[in-house]
Amino acid sequence: MNGPKTSPEVGGIGHRVKRKEDARFIRGQGKYTDDVVLPGMLHMDIVRSPYAYAKIKSINTDAAMAIPGVHAVITGDVLKQYNLHWMPTLMSDTQMVLPTDTVMYQSQEVAAVIADDRYIAADAVEAVEVEYEPMQAVVDPFKAMEPDAPVLRPDKEGKTDNLIWHWETGEREATEKVFQNADVVVKENIYLPRIHVASIETCGCVASFDPAEGKLTVWMTTQAPHAIRTVVALVAGHVGLSEEKIRIIAPDIGGGFGGKVPVYPGYVIAIAASVVIGKPVKWVEDRSENLQADSFARDYHMGVELAANNSGKMEALRIKTIADYGYTDAAANPSKYPAGMFSICTGSYDIKTAFTEMDAYYTNKPPGGVAYRCSFRVTEAVHAIERIVDVLAQKLGRDPAELRMQNFIQPDEFPYQSALGWEYDSGDYPRALKLAMEKIGYDDLRREQVEKRARGELMGIGISSFTEIVGAGPSKDFDILGIKMFDSCEVRIHPTGKAIARFGTKSQGQGHETTYAQILAEELGIPAAHIQVEEGDTDTAPYGLGTYASRSTPTAGAAAAKAAYKVRDKARKIAAHLLEVSEEDLEWEVGKFYVKGSPEQSKTIQDIAFAAYTNHPEGMEAGLEATHYYDPPNMTFPFGSYICVVDIDRKTGVINVRRFVAIDDCGNIINPMILEGQIHGGLTQGLAPAMYEELIYDEQGNILNGNFMDYLLPTAVETPKWETDQTVTPCPHHPLGAKGVAESPTVGAPPAIANAVVDALSHLGVVNMDIPITPFKVWQVLKEKGAAA
Amino acid sequence: MIPPSFEYLTPSKISDAIAMLQKHGEEAKILAGGHSLIPAMRLRLSEPGYLIDISGIQGLDYILEESGQLRIGAMTREASLEESQIVREKYPLLLDTAKMIADPSVRNVATVGGNLAHGDPANDHPATMLALGANVVVEGPNGSREIGIDDFFPDFFTTALEPEEILTEIRIPSPPSGSGGAYLKIERKVGDYAAAAVACQLNIDSGGSIQKIGIGLTNVGSTPIRASSAEQLLQGKNPDENMIAEAGRLSAADSEPMEDLRGSAEYKRALVNELTQRAIKLSLQRAEGSR
Repeated sequence: MNGPKTSPEVGGIGHRVKRKEDARFIRGQGKYTDDVVLPGMLHMDIVRSPYAYAKIKSINTDAAMAIPGVHAVITGDVLKQYNLHWMPTLMSDTQMVLPTDTVMYQSQEVAAVIADDRYIAADAVEAVEVEYEPMQAVVDPFKAMEPDAPVLRPDKEGKTDNLIWHWETGEREATEKVFQNADVVVKENIYLPRIHVASIETCGCVASFDPAEGKLTVWMTTQAPHAIRTVVALVAGHVGLSEEKIRIIAPDIGGGFGGKVPVYPGYVIAIAASVVIGKPVKWVEDRSENLQADSFARDYHMGVELAANNSGKMEALRIKTIADYGYTDAAANPSKYPAGMFSICTGSYDIKTAFTEMDAYYTNKPPGGVAYRCSFRVTEAVHAIERIVDVLAQKLGRDPAELRMQNFIQPDEFPYQSALGWEYDSGDYPRALKLAMEKIGYDDLRREQVEKRARGELMGIGISSFTEIVGAGPSKDFDILGIKMFDSCEVRIHPTGKAIARFGTKSQGQGHETTYAQILAEELGIPAAHIQVEEGDTDTAPYGLGTYASRSTPTAGAAAAKAAYKVRDKARKIAAHLLEVSEEDLEWEVGKFYVKGSPEQSKTIQDIAFAAYTNHPEGMEAGLEATHYYDPPNMTFPFGSYICVVDIDRKTGVINVRRFVAIDDCGNIINPMILEGQIHGGLTQGLAPAMYEELIYDEQGNILNGNFMDYLLPTAVETPKWETDQTVTPCPHHPLGAKGVAESPTVGAPPAIANAVVDALSHLGVVNMDIPITPFKVWQVLKEKGAAA
Repeated sequence: MIPPSFEYLTPSKISDAIAMLQKHGEEAKILAGGHSLIPAMRLRLSEPGYLIDISGIQGLDYILEESGQLRIGAMTREASLEESQIVREKYPLLLDTAKMIADPSVRNVATVGGNLAHGDPANDHPATMLALGANVVVEGPNGSREIGIDDFFPDFFTTALEPEEILTEIRIPSPPSGSGGAYLKIERKVGDYAAAAVACQLNIDSGGSIQKIGIGLTNVGSTPIRASSAEQLLQGKNPDENMIAEAGRLSAADSEPMEDLRGSAEYKRALVNELTQRAIKLSLQRAEGSR
């Protein structure tokens, strides 16, 4: 892409426009859910289970109710009276709102206290007496699949085991045949551990039911307010809440990353409490509750096999995955894709034959399976392929960069039909990897590594050349609970030529108020500074499925462009009227229509907007506005190549990420500065699981690191200097040629780091290490290989 | 994450604070920087009925060197150690330690006295003070007394402070010429407690022989540990590589680590071994440079 088409004053696509939202965020003046304070508002706190699996013998609320200022203690039995003790998940499983007889994971909600203030509520939580009868928890999915394992979900009729679902795609027999005849086969068991999105803002809501109006308003930390409204209407319709009487407002959100798509029990209890008590009820989780009880991500045990011929040509891929979903499948995938977009696992390579299957199991762990900054299980898929490619390179004694180059889908092969059924839209994988290698000085690093090894020093270089799949999605295949995954934009031009635009998505830090304004500025010529962007209020914004899975730019961003075209169509008619020429005689250039051949005869978009309210043609409706619901024709396929260099202290196992070069290609770039920010954040969230993060449980299902002291989030101190650059391969089917970017770095970074560490140790015979790769883990490996100290 | 209710008391004199301790006994807790106590209270692991905030008491925040001693007021913030000219010039071990404690925002509030008085073997200053041979000054109903650092940590989360006493000052012998020190810590991330850490302070004569050495170990036992065997080995010696390696082994043998999420006991011993060697070498290097 060449430079921006618009002037800096207009600030359209390609300008490094400063984020509009930062004016309030940097001043600490964002308005988050916890900032909502209503007259008479009560506070909720939750009693949580100390056990991972136990019968509830009794709940005594007398002492709690006796505390002055306590209004109610809500239990599963209370909710049962309204048939609200269970709720459906987005994956058509079921989840307890509050239990009536059994708790299924540690920190599960057991009862809720409603009190005058947060402190009284916390004291009352301590005073609720619950008698449990603990049972032996099933924490490991491999134990859950054993024939004599207890059936964890007897509530599901006819259930005799713990298998949630089996899913497979590709050609089983054909793949088996290629494997049987292959020159070389590599296989590794690769585990992607259970992690948590750990957004800075925890989850919460303020539910306010107005008994006079019969209207429920909920301020809520949600990435998908419209879908939530519909879900509430469907779940609570039987107690009198109908959809026009439900207003969901997602105010500013401090990070979502997929963790704020699901409906958590706390939301439902707060809503029920407000409806019953008739007062606003605020519920905001604390940090440990968020970490211990809200949706997890990953937790895939993948058996990954790759077949190739002796010259290194990859021939077939096979992956069998055991997925741990906790006690219910509470993922938030498109309904037809229980394993999300895992079938992107053939990655950037021309692999003609593939088969992948997956068994999902119940365990006594928190539910979820959310797509943590990842378009539905793409992180898992990319880790599998990018790790196994390195394993193959090691087995063949080939340079991993060269092996990748040999097997890449070539630029002239797009659109490319993958073995597992996707049509990749566009890409130039060799260019991205070549650029990464040049930037980092790949050949010099390999020479340095040889010298260092001779001296006994440990240094490794890791590559990840990932392909993402984002922008869910085309309505023929993509829906959530039947609602198609389009997204929307409604734009309204004011008489003075300024505009307001509303969207069905919801920013949680992505910068939509800026980038959407830039898209409209690009297409309408109205300065981005004069376009107000709003999202998150279901009473005002057009319907949409929300923001996650890098879908906002591919869907709502496209809707903005399309809505702008509709506005332009009407503007053309008005301009023709004003200039007294026919529509066909007009040409559009940014911000104005002019008469072909006499450019001095023109009307700006501002002239036209004014006329739309003051002097519109006879027979035409006044006003200048349009709405578009965009149904993408295909997914988009961003990609990139990352290279990481690590040095390892062989005495302590400490890993130093010396350099990290990230080349991303997300098609045309709307705001290069926001893009860099997205990539920096995403890389850091890729570093985190690679080296630090994992939710750890003991055999009784007790979480061992349910706080930030032990659940390790890297800080600026741990984060290396990210060296970023981009190539641009436009998306052929998106009106702006854009693809979405936020998740690429989270997806692409972990295998680059894991590959670098394994590379540093490969000469000792190390082939695979599961993330997070900690100093202790490295030291153990060094010791095992006789190379420590 | 919300503590039960408590009384918040704000004495303006040490004697008032002591009187409050006398009055409320076991139920009272001294609040200094609060960066250990408040997290414990939020988790309801500590539920004091009375919180005596001593930050309003004047004259407990100072760093000064006089009569052969560095005197640090108990309420001195960790950040002040980092900024202190005298610490920067003459006490590299203290400077290293201050930089490794938690993170900058914690260090702006957390206090040197609190880091010791909390009695946590995972805190960083206890090992440092062992290596430096410090004394702590405490005040109680019967006036003040000085306690040698080796006697200050008798047991797990226990100090030699009597229930009615308050730690007011730390006294460190001024290092003679030819001194050096270092604090080396392996932590999982910034703000974490040490997987293991080693503090070393030593003094060498003109021939390079070690005249005096102190080595303290962090978070590898139920109390901060003095690596006495390694100290004895090196006392009076001009150590070569082998002897330093032996000191590392002895130091590891003196440690009593427990397995936790940071690693196995064996790993932590290996860290103590390696960090001891590195800390000794760095201290020697700094001692040479200090002449």
